Amino acid sequence: MKYFIGLIIMGILTENFVLAKFLGICPFLGVSKKIDTAAGMGAAVTFVLLLSTATTHPVNILLEKYNMAYLQTLVFILMIAALVQLIEIALKKYMKSLYNSLGVYLPLMTTNCAVLGCVILNIESGYSFGAAMVNALGAGLGFLLAMVMFAGVRTRLESAEIPKFLKGLPITLVSASLVSLSFLGFSGIIEGMKLV
Amino acid sequence: MAEKKSLGKTFTKGILIENPVFRLVLGTCPTLAVSTSVVNALGMGIATMMVLICSNVAISALRKVIPDKVRIPAFVVIIASFVSVVQMLMKAFVPAINDALGVFLPLIVVNCVIFGRAESFANKNPVLASAVDGFGMGTGFTAALLSMALVREILGAGTVGAGTGSLMRLFGDNVLNGWDGIDLMGKIPAGLQLAPIAIFILPAGGFFVFGLLIALTNKITAEKRLPEYELHDCAHCPMSAMCRHKEDLGVRD
Repeated sequence: MKYFIGLIIMGILTENFVLAKFLGICPFLGVSKKIDTAAGMGAAVTFVLLLSTATTHPVNILLEKYNMAYLQTLVFILMIAALVQLIEIALKKYMKSLYNSLGVYLPLMTTNCAVLGCVILNIESGYSFGAAMVNALGAGLGFLLAMVMFAGVRTRLESAEIPKFLKGLPITLVSASLVSLSFLGFSGIIEGMKLV
Repeated sequence: MAEKKSLGKTFTKGILIENPVFRLVLGTCPTLAVSTSVVNALGMGIATMMVLICSNVAISALRKVIPDKVRIPAFVVIIASFVSVVQMLMKAFVPAINDALGVFLPLIVVNCVIFGRAESFANKNPVLASAVDGFGMGTGFTAALLSMALVREILGAGTVGAGTGSLMRLFGDNVLNGWDGIDLMGKIPAGLQLAPIAIFILPAGGFFVFGLLIALTNKITAEKRLPEYELHDCAHCPMSAMCRHKEDLGVRD
């Protein structure tokens, strides 16, 4: 249990996917203009992360059993693409309310490196199924937190006076740097709480 | 002659005018993640360039065979196969670089530079031009990664090209006679107490340097009056071509 709590805290705070591992930067910069869209994107990433970890983990065991681990990259990206399509169709048919809030972000999920990255990292770290799922949850929640926080920062930026050449992307990146810096403050929390 | 000139243009436009990283803002994740040292940046740049050239050639050769409706999955399969090949080559010949790049090597599959070129160039142009385009874009990507890495490595670690030996193993053992990068910190006189600014190696420094370099590119291009690219927020997303939700996401197109 302690181990799982450690994994979640690691995913959210110390090893944050966006701010420490640089996975999923595109949506982080692209859809963080408003807090509600940022939260929607974060929730969709968490959802897809959990489902894709749940499906790719057993498939990987199969791949390794037949000595085909070199096909991982190809198989995983295809599985994620198919999964995203299936989720979209299923949500549209059976869970209309969820589709209305998450459906918009689903097509963006296939080429989101946070999803493929998390799946590959889970396997490289040799996590068991349970640990992989917990890690995916932590990664998703960390992504959600970073997105929502950064959207808050960006709404403040809009009313700020910025030098001409820093306008737009440069100032966004510099503020992302400050947000990332603030997360550095959490380093050591895992060791301190004796969780891992 | 005209043919030759346009091929030359196809190559050079990838380096500055349409630099994938600083101008088109594609492939941000690997740019930020692997630019902590010059050697990593070079390894990533070359790996990406290889995949880019191969996938451009393959997609361009198959552009009349692939039905338009299933082109995105077809691109994914082609790119993923080449990434697997490059991954295996790196693992076999430069294991140190392979370990340093880690998860970002398989993640070349979802690198927007490659998707973007497949969608906007290789899918419409003949094989040779696509190969040249891949080479030019790959060079531009590598150059951008290198410039980021130079700033970050000098300021953050006080070295230039540390670990070059592990990359040069590719050309045989000990081609550099044990030369392994320049240690700038070692050149400082003993009395002066200077330490590298470690923050530049950390993620926060990556965002910071990237932001400033884009600002610099904006300034240079504005002075040279190069065509302005509309950097809409979906620009760095390879799915933007097929994404039908741009308006709903509240971003301008």
